[in-house]
Amino acid sequence: MRRLLLRVTDAAVLLWIVTTITFALLHLAPGDPATLLIAPTATAAEAQQLRTAMGLDAPLPVQYARWTGGLLRGDLGTSLARAMPVRAVITEALPVSLFLGGVSLLVSFVLGTLAGGYQALRASRRVDGWISVVTVTLFAAPSFWLALALVALFTSGVAVLGLPEWLRLPAFGMQSPAAGAVAPWSDRLRHAVLPLLVLSLPGMAGVSRYARQTIRDAHRAPHVVSAYARGLSRRRVEWRHILRTALTPLVVLFGLTLPGVIAGSVFVEQVFAWPGLGRAMLGAIGARDYPVVLGLTVVYATAVVAANLLADVLLWWLDPRRRT
Amino acid sequence: MTGTGWRRVPARAGWPGLVLGLMCLAAVIVPMIAGEHAREIGDVLGTRLTPPLARDGRGVWHLLGTDAFGRDMAVRIWTGARVSLFVGVAGSALSALLGVALGAVAGWRGGWVDRVIVALGDALLAIPRLVLLLVIAALWSPGLRVVVVVLGLTGWMAVMRLVRADVQGVRVLGYVEGATALGVPSWRVLRRHVLPNALGSALVATTLGVGNAIVLESGLSFLGLGVQPPTASWGNMIAGGREWLLVAPWIALSPGLALIATVVCATMLGERLGGARRGRAA
Repeated sequence: MRRLLLRVTDAAVLLWIVTTITFALLHLAPGDPATLLIAPTATAAEAQQLRTAMGLDAPLPVQYARWTGGLLRGDLGTSLARAMPVRAVITEALPVSLFLGGVSLLVSFVLGTLAGGYQALRASRRVDGWISVVTVTLFAAPSFWLALALVALFTSGVAVLGLPEWLRLPAFGMQSPAAGAVAPWSDRLRHAVLPLLVLSLPGMAGVSRYARQTIRDAHRAPHVVSAYARGLSRRRVEWRHILRTALTPLVVLFGLTLPGVIAGSVFVEQVFAWPGLGRAMLGAIGARDYPVVLGLTVVYATAVVAANLLADVLLWWLDPRRRT
Repeated sequence: MTGTGWRRVPARAGWPGLVLGLMCLAAVIVPMIAGEHAREIGDVLGTRLTPPLARDGRGVWHLLGTDAFGRDMAVRIWTGARVSLFVGVAGSALSALLGVALGAVAGWRGGWVDRVIVALGDALLAIPRLVLLLVIAALWSPGLRVVVVVLGLTGWMAVMRLVRADVQGVRVLGYVEGATALGVPSWRVLRRHVLPNALGSALVATTLGVGNAIVLESGLSFLGLGVQPPTASWGNMIAGGREWLLVAPWIALSPGLALIATVVCATMLGERLGGARRGRAA
């Protein structure tokens, strides 16, 4: 319990360092957001007035203190470009990214573990080799390239290759514009297929590479050999003995996969025009909207630190050897 | 240094090393022998959007087709390879240099220096690398040099941890203590007796980092924050082909195939070199 508490404090200190680094990076960069907002015809006095109103004229330590103080109260400041609280910008975009990231993480881990397990336990050498070629390629493919390839295949490619018409999938937005405010579920589902596929495939490939190795190692572990020798059924040994041993290293992978999913969602939201956190980030960077960039970085870093913390706790719970 | 292990490296490089070598060679040679006419925009209407493995309006055969301006895609890909391969290797090498330096100092000095460097590394690891890249690349004006520097600044953490662990392991060995007892200056002991032990794992991490750096460069260029046209890189070629995706998918998709091949080979090469190192230790 004490170790756990220590781990949580570590995570909090880490987050504080992350926010400080991001703040420093943003404010050391040349150019400030006021230059983008000031009308070309404005006088120097008007520009100065705007800077004062935005709090940009204060010395850096003062700006830092103001921002950190707000952060501790849960206040992330006001968006410069959109004139609304940063909190609102984030809560507006969060569900989209949570849906994309959550579903694809789940799909990646379930399908990846199954694929890796199939390769390690069932597949012939040749099939194993071919699956490896596919997973290594998918893992190496940049997500934006994968997105374009799938869009080409499932839109114009359907006609060129003579595939059935129902395979023609929408590749823009979350629902058809003609469907009104609330589109039917079938329409939304069809819009979600391609983005989820693009996000899940590389994750699945990565997890399966890792699962293949750990399951193969677990297969040779003494307790598994002894379980076979005791005459337990293959099914029972595979699900009870091998999977349980192999699951522990996979938990660590969970914390490591999240940054990849976040990076992937930035591209996926950009290509498919889904209004999530990644799109908000790109928009804010383009508009030099410092408070939004800072706020989003804090959200991303919190997610990564929390995922690693969660993996540690899960590991502690799954593996009694770590509790001492 | 460790004679036999290092001499075994070229043999262990195997086919991934060979393919990477050939790609670098092609990046140098193909744009050279293709000459200026392959890159210039000529008879646009007669030559543009030729599919792969077909002849254009003038009867010239194209392996990978032509783009919207009638330029040969194969020649463009190898021209873009110059930039993409350079950014991948230079970015990864820069982060390795930083990682070795910081890891050596952290492992050798220990104490608060060690704690500060490790905390900095952990903090940078907590921000997804793409987000970090986006923030830095967007705030400074985008371009080739910025991309390399930014890749270097955001990729040193893994190398730092490896080198730090190696240095910590070697620091307590008898011959290091002996050198110190003989009055060899501290930095010289570090450089001559300790650091060579850590360079092997740094080399492996660097090779593995090349693929990562190439993917990140292409991502930044795809978003318009990396290498700027008209300088061709695989990332901005994919971005440029996006508007022709439904009519001429090969423009956006073929540079990606070259990219995937490079990343797979770099990863395999790194894993093989890692195997060679383990072989040496055994």
